Amino acid sequence: MLEIKNLSKTYGTGATATHAVGNVSFSIEEGEFVCVVGPSGCGKTTLLKCIAGLLRPSAGEVLLRGGRVTGPPEQMALVFQEYSRSLMPWMSVRNNVLLPLRHKKLSRAERRSLVEDALRAVGLVGFMDRYPWQLSGGMQQRVAIARALAYQPQILLMDEPFASVDAQTRGDLEDLVLQVRDEFGITILFVTHDIDESVYLSDRVVALTHAPTEVKEVIPVALPKPRDQIATKELAEFARLRAHVYRLIKREQDIEDVERPVPVSGTSV
Amino acid sequence: MSPRVYRTLKIGAEITVPFLMLLAWWLYTVQRDDPKFPRPTTIVAEVRNRFFFAEFDLHVVPSLERIGLGFAIAVGLGVAIGIPLGLSRIGRSAAMPHIEYWRAIPPPALLPISIILLHSIGNTQKVSFIAFFCIFPVLLNTIDGVRAIEPTLIDTARSFRIPAHERIRRIVFPAALPQIFAGMRTSLALAVIMMVLSEYFASTSGVGYVLLISKNTFQFLPMWAAIVLIGVLGYLLNALFLLVERHVLAWHRGWRAATPR
Repeated sequence: MLEIKNLSKTYGTGATATHAVGNVSFSIEEGEFVCVVGPSGCGKTTLLKCIAGLLRPSAGEVLLRGGRVTGPPEQMALVFQEYSRSLMPWMSVRNNVLLPLRHKKLSRAERRSLVEDALRAVGLVGFMDRYPWQLSGGMQQRVAIARALAYQPQILLMDEPFASVDAQTRGDLEDLVLQVRDEFGITILFVTHDIDESVYLSDRVVALTHAPTEVKEVIPVALPKPRDQIATKELAEFARLRAHVYRLIKREQDIEDVERPVPVSGTSV
Repeated sequence: MSPRVYRTLKIGAEITVPFLMLLAWWLYTVQRDDPKFPRPTTIVAEVRNRFFFAEFDLHVVPSLERIGLGFAIAVGLGVAIGIPLGLSRIGRSAAMPHIEYWRAIPPPALLPISIILLHSIGNTQKVSFIAFFCIFPVLLNTIDGVRAIEPTLIDTARSFRIPAHERIRRIVFPAALPQIFAGMRTSLALAVIMMVLSEYFASTSGVGYVLLISKNTFQFLPMWAAIVLIGVLGYLLNALFLLVERHVLAWHRGWRAATPR
């Protein structure tokens, strides 16, 4: 469904150029949940922005259902890490979710039911008339997820969406994403630096190298579904996969530490 | 100190200080008995009789109308020009030198030429004059407000393919609104000053006109009355503006209080 072919991205030119994404190729099947993990600062966010059509890659291409992505595609929705910066503080929760639907050709009733269904799916129907900043961090990120769902995407891109919430909330949000994936039948590309999270959520993990990043290894995750925060994480297979991904990433971090004593700025946050 | 006592003290201080000043002024004028310094009670009576009754339509209404129109035009144009300039770096390069140039010119320097250029000594000239100088605080604050928009908000709008006009209306404008309001508040105070100034020159009506004529004819009572009225007008306009701002930007105060930074 989504194909990333030899994608690379360099910021700037000459001596100040930052080579953020080296040469990345992988693909995602219809209905699949793919997690991209990599050492911190490896260019994950840059890669995601290129896939989302927000940044133009320096070379290579992204194909969505065979069509080349040159700008943000209609079938794609994005959830950012910083919920407090991606939700409009002057709009109620309802209007935030409604925002991406306003320019779609829909009737008033259709819009309303999309907003309500999306908020119901994330358990926030009772908070429609609040402002986002009146809610906790985890609830704000659920509003952002609801907004993406209401947009009715076929593929959902998530950029470290749970990096700034506490561990308890994170577990709940992970299960919520798995649940809405089944309910809405969407494909998900999920970027994270959390190895446990990547193994727990995905059908396949794409492990990246340090910057300029490339695909180190693609690891199929054959854990039984539905996933469960306790039972799944007790499985020997979970421990094996987690250790495997951990070693890959750790090795990359060590290489980076040797090669680059001074971290390169401007690649990722 | 309990909050209630604190509140009472705060309001008390707000009222007591001006009251004491008025009292001192009154005592001074009673003791001086000088026609140049009428008693505050006499001035207040003059304000009431002259401006609120006898000459309300003749002088107060035209002044308020000029402030209102001049301010409204300045806000409208300031926002309409400021948003595209805030969005476009090339636009800013083209426009900023001109903005800085005209902003640097002292308003009285342009007063005579405004009459010639506009072929008018009536409301057209006065309103344009007020609007011209009130535009700058709104314009510059709009530009800054638009430039300071959180990039993630713009990325969000782009990823949802929100069309440009919707993006400006629903994201850029509200995001810049707190700063636009800061500029509007400065402009409003400026509008009162510009109103008085414009009525000093080639005018037959307005509070500023009364001030000038009574000064020139040594009529101290109407002169003082005009000064007091202008002060009260400025104070009330600002109070009214803050009331509107509190309502319109309620989300901003809540958001700022809720967001650690």
